[in-house]
Amino acid sequence: MARKISMRQAINEALDQEMARDPNVIVMGEDIVGGAGGEGEEDAWGGVLGVTKGLHAKHRGKLLDTPLSESAYIGAAIGAAACGMRPVAELMFLDFMGVCFDQIFNQAAKFKYMFGGKAETPVVIRAMVGAGFRAAAQHSQMLTPLFVHIPGLKVVCPSNAYDAKGLLIQSIRDNDPVIFCEHKNLYGLETDVPAESYAIPFGEANVVRDGKHATIVTYGMMVHRAMDAAATLAKQGIECEVIDLRTLSPIDWDTVIDSAERTGYVVCVDEANPRCSIAADISAMLSQECFKALKGPIQMVTPPHTPVPFSPVLEDLYIPSADAIVKAVKKSMGK
Amino acid sequence: MTDTRIVPIVMPKWGLSMKEGKVTGWLLEDGSKINPGDAILEVETGKIAGAVEAHEAGVLRRRVGQPDTIYPVKTLLGVIADPAVPDAEIDAFVAGYVTPAAEEDEEEQGPKFEFVETAAGKLRYAKRGSGDETVILIHGFGGDLDNWLFNIDALGEVATVYALDLPGHGQSTKSLAKPGLKSMTEALASFMDKLGLGKAHLAGHSMGGAIAMQMAADHPEKVKSLTLICSAGLGPDIGSYVDEYVAAQGRKDLKPALEQLFADKSLVSRQLVDDVLKYKRLDGVEPLLKELAASLFAGRKQQDQPGTKLGGKLPPSLVIWGKEDQIIPAAHAANLPGAKVHVLESAGHMVFMEKASDVNNLIKAHVAGA
Repeated sequence: MARKISMRQAINEALDQEMARDPNVIVMGEDIVGGAGGEGEEDAWGGVLGVTKGLHAKHRGKLLDTPLSESAYIGAAIGAAACGMRPVAELMFLDFMGVCFDQIFNQAAKFKYMFGGKAETPVVIRAMVGAGFRAAAQHSQMLTPLFVHIPGLKVVCPSNAYDAKGLLIQSIRDNDPVIFCEHKNLYGLETDVPAESYAIPFGEANVVRDGKHATIVTYGMMVHRAMDAAATLAKQGIECEVIDLRTLSPIDWDTVIDSAERTGYVVCVDEANPRCSIAADISAMLSQECFKALKGPIQMVTPPHTPVPFSPVLEDLYIPSADAIVKAVKKSMGK
Repeated sequence: MTDTRIVPIVMPKWGLSMKEGKVTGWLLEDGSKINPGDAILEVETGKIAGAVEAHEAGVLRRRVGQPDTIYPVKTLLGVIADPAVPDAEIDAFVAGYVTPAAEEDEEEQGPKFEFVETAAGKLRYAKRGSGDETVILIHGFGGDLDNWLFNIDALGEVATVYALDLPGHGQSTKSLAKPGLKSMTEALASFMDKLGLGKAHLAGHSMGGAIAMQMAADHPEKVKSLTLICSAGLGPDIGSYVDEYVAAQGRKDLKPALEQLFADKSLVSRQLVDDVLKYKRLDGVEPLLKELAASLFAGRKQQDQPGTKLGGKLPPSLVIWGKEDQIIPAAHAANLPGAKVHVLESAGHMVFMEKASDVNNLIKAHVAGA
């Protein structure tokens, strides 16, 4: 039965249902049981933003509050995965991933390849991404491109509650390491979500709006900015197709290329810094694969190549706006 | 005597999720004479396109809704009234019309659907109307009760209508022991018992039609009449649809399968494909559909043909088919001796969506006469 729930609830429900389905699924991370505000176990906060609230009471012994050492518990999760568990490790902010890069890049991502397919690491690392939370430069980055760069990792970034639940369930069932990126400003956003379990396959983009004049390719929170831009442009007679990539690795090139070939104008919107970004990656691939179908230059809409500012005024300017997307579509079309 | 009533034409609500619709064009000019059932204008939602039909006779006095414009459900789109009603009154009616708020409306009509525990598990259903006669709408393979969005309210005007999600479908239980015609029929029998429905008019589409006929064979005391729409169970032939529907993993392979359902392929919108994909991806659905397909349609042949076994036990029966049906050939319509048969032009397997008004009128007359 579908009902409206937030992305925070959808993620909680995915973890709940997968722990109930498979005894090998465990959840570990900092403060995922306790955390600020709670006195006892039952009223425990459930992580910094309450995503895992209530799960400890339902799944005794399946949630591990870890010491404040990402390198230790991410390593432990990867080791447990290699030994047959299906751990979901929560790393709070993707920004902190730097201290456990070796475990992720050189161990988790390489086991299957280097051990001739005899080892698998079905681990999911969940982390918050993105700006707009007034959390300054070390807690606001969109570091998705770093992980997309590494073969052997899968990278997911949902834009809504329905996708978050189905993609997280797929991530847990998948036999490869998955970096699951949750935009902190989308946690409260509600959409229709079935109460039942379901999995959304990786590598399938979602066309969230049909249009014949231009294509906007994006993911995560930028999907909503792109939809705002498309609504504005529609009033001016420009119909944009908006593609929500959902998974960045693997990526659904077919849907992107098909749309680009139909419209001839493409705008790539990315909340990551512009250099070596998802937007740059898509732009490069499209100019190689369908150059002759393009009718104007591909545009990229990204933040500037700077850290995320702490000043609220500057942070708002930093994040790509619907207005910037509107301008980019028009620029590509020479209008 | 002059009829002084002014009848509003409003944006319809087709299905649970419809909040707004786009007027795509008017089919009649100002001043046209209108009879009940006439198609007045065309409306498109994210899911489906259809015609808004008149419930009352009169003259189309005012066209308020503009083509290519989106309006919320219940917004005034036009006005029907007798020619004797002065223009000034029409103006005042249009100016004074207040679109009812969506929330109030939902409370007024009660829950849109309910659940009932049956011997086969929890089944979802919708109920409309309060007439003495009971009509049960039974969807086809891979469908759900929302398939009846153009029919359930119209039929609710003359009968108490139930539409259910069969086991493995829609929002009903996703597990069923030995999926097949027998288990589906027993699930429906339990559904009828739990709701105390007694003897009812069964209207089934495709696989739902085969279930209705099996019910007439196994539990004749539950069946007052049969309406069989592009029904399974009347012959061996079946197209590739079921195989393709079950095998489809993504939008690209599902869309061509769904397009076989309609004579007008443009009715298969992205939203329709997405909704079916969302259903297919629920845990348990794919294995159940595979088992069901293997039981009903192994080797691309209909394995059960309850229609050919009813013989002298046939209750009053109506057979409706879309002439361009690509799933089950319209020729099967002739295989139920004693039934009234209507084969409708320019319609495919989903004839009850594509020709909703015609099908609704046929069912209403059948139920009234049976």
